[in-house]
Amino acid sequence: MAKTMTEPERSNETTVYADGGAIRSPLKMAWRKLRRHKLAMAGMWVLIVLHIFAIFADFFAPYSEVTTDRRRTHHAPTRVHIISPEGKLTRPFIYGYDRVDTMRNIYEENHDVVYPIRFFVRGDKYKVLGFESNLRLFGVDAPGKIYLFGADRYGRDIFSRLAYGGKRSLFIGIIGLAISMSIGLVYGGISGYFGGWVDNVMMRVAEVIISIPSFYLLLALSAVLPPSLGSTERFMMITVILAFISWAGLARVIRGMVLSIRQQDFVTAAEAVGCSQPRTILRHILPNTMSYIIVNATLGIPGFILSEAGLSLIGVGIQHPDASWGNMLSEALNLTSLTRYPWLLVPGFIIFITVLSYSFFGDGIRDAFDPRAQT
Amino acid sequence: MFRYIVRRFLYIIPMLLGISSLSFFIMQLAPGDALTTMVLSPDISEEVVNAMRARFWLDQPPHMQYIRWIQRLFAGDMGHSFLWHAPVTWVIKQRLLNSLLLTVVSTALAWLIAIPIGIHSAVNQYSWSDKLLTFVAFIGVAIPNWFLGLLLLYFTVSRGWGFPVGGMTSIDFADFTFWEQVVDLGRHMFLPVLVLTTGSVASLMRYMRSNLLDVLRQDYVTTARAKGLSRRVVIYKHAVRNAINPLITIFGYQLGALLSGAALTEIVMNWPGIGSLMLNAVQGKDYYLVMGNLLIGSVMLIFGNLVADILLAVSDPRIRYE
Repeated sequence: MAKTMTEPERSNETTVYADGGAIRSPLKMAWRKLRRHKLAMAGMWVLIVLHIFAIFADFFAPYSEVTTDRRRTHHAPTRVHIISPEGKLTRPFIYGYDRVDTMRNIYEENHDVVYPIRFFVRGDKYKVLGFESNLRLFGVDAPGKIYLFGADRYGRDIFSRLAYGGKRSLFIGIIGLAISMSIGLVYGGISGYFGGWVDNVMMRVAEVIISIPSFYLLLALSAVLPPSLGSTERFMMITVILAFISWAGLARVIRGMVLSIRQQDFVTAAEAVGCSQPRTILRHILPNTMSYIIVNATLGIPGFILSEAGLSLIGVGIQHPDASWGNMLSEALNLTSLTRYPWLLVPGFIIFITVLSYSFFGDGIRDAFDPRAQT
Repeated sequence: MFRYIVRRFLYIIPMLLGISSLSFFIMQLAPGDALTTMVLSPDISEEVVNAMRARFWLDQPPHMQYIRWIQRLFAGDMGHSFLWHAPVTWVIKQRLLNSLLLTVVSTALAWLIAIPIGIHSAVNQYSWSDKLLTFVAFIGVAIPNWFLGLLLLYFTVSRGWGFPVGGMTSIDFADFTFWEQVVDLGRHMFLPVLVLTTGSVASLMRYMRSNLLDVLRQDYVTTARAKGLSRRVVIYKHAVRNAINPLITIFGYQLGALLSGAALTEIVMNWPGIGSLMLNAVQGKDYYLVMGNLLIGSVMLIFGNLVADILLAVSDPRIRYE
């Protein structure tokens, strides 16, 4: 399939026949179907926005994820005004806030102090692609602070931490899935291709992993990580752990598909012309499982995101001060904090929106790749 | 069929060996053990710690520890919990019933609610009630249980809904009469059961709806209608029975997840079940407790799958096991 697409005479859009019928590559056909699926497209756009927000967190977030403010702990979300005190429409601004109750962290707007929201401001420094910069999308002049979604118990901006946390929470899904897919594909491919005792042994090993409750296995594995681990290593290790508990189920399905594909003539042909075994598996058999893989990938990512969130929520995943959507919520486990500072729940809504978008998008993808579905 | 069942049962033994050695290996990788904190404590002398090490074979090489553990397992002893200073079997038994109470009740409720809703939705496809129900179900599937739990906790406390948050019984539970105890337990169960039920109603209802829709499109349904049977009879006697069949697999999974499926909800809602026990055990490096939990959870999972396979074979004549 990959080859025919690069051939020059097929590279133009479609070949139209006299009777009006057209030949399109499977991917193009799927894309056409997907585009008509309104919910799927909506999900896709939400996901694109979220990912861009996370990738350029340094730019979109007004503060760095570790910027604390002891005088503004549990600051309520700052209200953005566009009507000036004189009753005129102006550029967006916020009022300064005074802490009126230090015990319960109650803040009130002080209408004498006005901080206009400025765009493309210089803020906390960050590094991107080796360059150092401090350009941020918006911010207010010191000593004012803008908290769109409020602050946590260290006075850290939840909006900023959502952006930085997205880097981990969103990409743990994609990276973890890529790892578990690769293992599952190769493992299932080998097992299904060779069959016999190799298959038997390999599948029994996979079944051991499937038979352990995945959340318990996750917990046990997270205990292995030493507390001294750096933040990048910890992120990678958690991704690997998530991949480790999920590859086996995938391998079993792939193996089943490979078992049936192996019977087909084109595999015999590939072997007859002298393809090596790895080549036959990788180039001829596995590409035929592609549509299943694509569908499974989109529907599988939310599972990773939720697992990471669950682990970090109960304190065994990503550790403070690194932000992740899960560990931002862990403060909400405390009932007093939860009821006094409900904005701590914002990361939960973001997780919910992400999962919902992935399932809309995944449903669309599944319909698009389903040959039985009507166009 | 009988031979198949016997073989599946025999097959469980090597599986459990695999599972237990894997979990033992994982726990070996973890830095330190349950006695590490004791070493640091000035109250406990080195001799005591060493004596405890020897008593629980922690001074022996890992494979010997594993073999000893397996030997004791056949005598019904899962080792000693260092956190609870009690046998692991005793600790797990305490929590097992709590978890089962939660999951069995919510699973039963979920089926009782989801099947009628699913049937209604499919029979009245594209009606406003169907659209509403499928929309709600979609949200119910996408919202993580622990987040729903947090939301409910928030509303319960801030709106004063009057349900107890966290725990399983009131402090003076022991002084209550039997019926007061039942009511108290029910009030404590309400929120976690609500969370668990909502999640599984949403997904079960969607399965039921799509299965029934598939069946209703079949030729034999048209035939039954054409020969003059009432819509009611066709739907409830012919279609629903066939549409429920595939759900048996899901029932098996739910059966398998009875012990482990509610773990996060238990932790978030502060329910003293196996899930929260497991978290404590992992954090406290309580080896044998972790192993015991993993083993019990796995046995349940394997058993659930086995039951699902057998039920499927019994209910569907097209499936034959050699």
